Amino acid sequence: MPDDETFVSENQQKRWQNIRKVCERTGPFCHPDFEASPDIVEFIMDSCKVLIVGAGGLGCELLKDLALMGFKKIHVVDMDTIELSNLNRQFLFRKNDIGLSKAKCAVEFVNKRRGLLPSVPYRDGGTEGFKGNARVILPGMSPCIECTLDLYPPQKTFPLCTIANTPRAMFHLKMIDSCKPFFYKYNILTIPSLYIFETAMFVKDNPDIFLRLSDVFKLATSCCVNMNNYMVMNMADGVYSYTFSAEKRADCVACSNSTRVMEIDRDATLQTIYDKLCEDLGYMMKSPGITTVINGRNKTLYMSSIKSIEERTKDNLKKKVTELGLYNGADILVADITTPNTITIKLKFADSVDVEMSR
Amino acid sequence: MASSPKSPEQSEKNKQYDRQLRLWGDHGQAALETGHICLVNATGLGTEILKSIVLPGVGAITIVDDKTVTEEDIGSNFFLECSSKGLNRGSEALRFLLELNSAVQGHAVQEPPDQILRENPDWFKSFSLVITTALSEKVVTALAQHLWDINVPFIQCRSVGFLGSFRIQIREHAIIETHPDNEQTDLRLDIPFPALSDYLDSIDIDALDLKDHGHIPWIVILYKSIQKWRLTHRDNWPMSRKEKNEIREMIQEFIRKDENGVPISEENFEEAVRAVNTSLVPSFLPVKIQELLYSNAATNLTKESSAFWIMCAALRGFVEAEGKGKLPVKGVLPDMTASTEHYVKLQNIYRTQAAMDTDVVHRKVQQIVAQLHADSISEFDVKLFCRHAHDLILIKGSNIATEYQLGSSVAAYIARHLEEPDVMMLNYIMLRASEMFESEHCRAPGEWEPEGDVAKLKTCVTKFLSEISYSQDLARKDDHIQEMCRYGGAELHSISAFLGGCVAHEAIKLVTKQYKPVHNTFIYDGASTNTATFTL
Repeated sequence: MPDDETFVSENQQKRWQNIRKVCERTGPFCHPDFEASPDIVEFIMDSCKVLIVGAGGLGCELLKDLALMGFKKIHVVDMDTIELSNLNRQFLFRKNDIGLSKAKCAVEFVNKRRGLLPSVPYRDGGTEGFKGNARVILPGMSPCIECTLDLYPPQKTFPLCTIANTPRAMFHLKMIDSCKPFFYKYNILTIPSLYIFETAMFVKDNPDIFLRLSDVFKLATSCCVNMNNYMVMNMADGVYSYTFSAEKRADCVACSNSTRVMEIDRDATLQTIYDKLCEDLGYMMKSPGITTVINGRNKTLYMSSIKSIEERTKDNLKKKVTELGLYNGADILVADITTPNTITIKLKFADSVDVEMSR
Repeated sequence: MASSPKSPEQSEKNKQYDRQLRLWGDHGQAALETGHICLVNATGLGTEILKSIVLPGVGAITIVDDKTVTEEDIGSNFFLECSSKGLNRGSEALRFLLELNSAVQGHAVQEPPDQILRENPDWFKSFSLVITTALSEKVVTALAQHLWDINVPFIQCRSVGFLGSFRIQIREHAIIETHPDNEQTDLRLDIPFPALSDYLDSIDIDALDLKDHGHIPWIVILYKSIQKWRLTHRDNWPMSRKEKNEIREMIQEFIRKDENGVPISEENFEEAVRAVNTSLVPSFLPVKIQELLYSNAATNLTKESSAFWIMCAALRGFVEAEGKGKLPVKGVLPDMTASTEHYVKLQNIYRTQAAMDTDVVHRKVQQIVAQLHADSISEFDVKLFCRHAHDLILIKGSNIATEYQLGSSVAAYIARHLEEPDVMMLNYIMLRASEMFESEHCRAPGEWEPEGDVAKLKTCVTKFLSEISYSQDLARKDDHIQEMCRYGGAELHSISAFLGGCVAHEAIKLVTKQYKPVHNTFIYDGASTNTATFTL
């Protein structure tokens, strides 16, 4: 009945009055690309997809905040189940939920409270005491996590954050690995901060962004300038926050395309290169695939990820690089799950004069 | 603290609160559980604050709200649902908030706060803290004055567009556990107490076998090096950079050498070298603590004096007599490379002295309590007080009603901060001017439509600036006025959520009397992600 529909839509108009004001009116501090319009609220509600990785203390908060800022296509990924010690801050869970999936419970709770049909899907899949941080990463524009790894203190065990005491834990990697294709479906990816270590590599892969709170809204709507680009907080003494612009590292393995040089002995084997890629601090790769171009043709030197190729190329590891057609100044192309792009590495034999760096 | 076997119920509670107990301890939790917090207006911001106070288990909450739930409320408040529309906002919010934690008591009062203030002002006396959101300037000032008079702490909060603020009003707030990031060690190497000097003198580094040599605590090494240095320096204490370097060389000299004359690497000696920078600070009574001990409140005790001031008076007695000008020994030994035997021995020496000092202070406390016929103070509290005596902090607050009158010192403070290139004080003025606007026009600036209200809001800003006698041209204000009118009084949930978390933290700091709260005004600008603290 049309009357009912008008009634419902009028109520909807009123309900979102608050966010409509900042989306349908312009102001002096808006992003230059901002154009006030009712379409923005429509975009938030109907099109903009946001993925939240982790339904812990921050994840629950983010889910609620996004839902109340009008976002309707929110997905949550978390492999953990609810424990008693979560209940003092993860407010979407109750005692009856202990042992159940965090992602499922969080989403069901928000749907029920907001009177929605269960449309917000989930998938099974930080803060530290009085301190915390948040950052905005726009791929290609802001520094990525690898650029600023030195901002993070050496990992201590944090009893206050559940999983962060084992940052690069294998089970997290596996979880995220299995979700990888799935990340591409989102406009915005939000990751509560202490998951940062596990997710670093996937953010690089992702077409968009991750960040928290109002900044998700600002990004989606451009209704103010984005946070640029790193915020830290300490609330032990008053409330102190500092927002600064972390910088991109020109030679970052993850987000820059500059050619790097690897120095090896003339009679080194391919295994030497492989080991360097896994062990050197500048690379820290997991299972690099190495190819090169010889006479204009691609040649796979070693690749472990596909079994048949592994079989075919594993003997190359024992061979000297010169036997494989590589020479002083030759480029090798390396792909690994830890970097979004293939990186080009120029080989430099230790006994030779400088390799010319043309690019 | 001796850990006593806990009942199953107790241990379940410990599990639930595990993370927060690491931050404020069992005694902080106990204090929180006796807290009763009153919220005026269950707005989005209001419920976000209560959410983060109910979750960690405050004793009780009371919501004062006479409004009915609107569609807009449902849009910006997580603790309301669609079916709440038309019902009392406070009662509905309370129902959903209490779901968070069954240990928390809750009440809802469906009366406007100004009516309670007129008819039953004593009612507010039962609260440990009153928090208000979206309250008009008229009611805020009246309530603030009353809460100031009856000495109940008060936090006034606002969330408008991308701006948020809170203001803490508390007459006096004494903090024993400030949880400083870098706490100074208290080793007394310059004035070793008898048990310590006996122990230190009993060790002859050169006579130790190599294994023991690598296992003596760096404190011993540092002490011995200083002793040796002092022989040739007229018993002075090494203070300058040059003198400290000489101490480092002394330490190096103690390091054993192998048959080829190469120094053997010993971790404890390396620690001693590193400690030169931080551990040679002479033991002294910090000026701030001295001021506290000799302040009026500590020297003129009455029956009404708080436990804090009674303990200050007792501590002064200790400093003047047994302490010989120094505070009680902290009794905390930092972690270090040492054999367990040496470490435990040294740790016991410090702990025993700390216990003896605490005992003296405790006896003095008991005497004072008896003289004053005041409430008794537990040994645990005295122990905590002595342990943290070096870091005590007293905050003296100011009255919000005075702030609103814009007296000369407040006016000068605001004007001074307007000189700064950053605009956070300007945001404060916008919030105040918007309140003036609301008093005059009974709506938020821009609530109906933005353009028409720009000139009216500008009049309020100009009036405010003239009240603080600010005569300079403030061109940048125009953009902010426009932005305020764009907000139209909208409450954005993300701003309320962020601010709500901050206010809840402050409330917990006030109730547990741990950590330093904001002194006294906090402004958050979500548009630029900046925060600022002002002392108004």
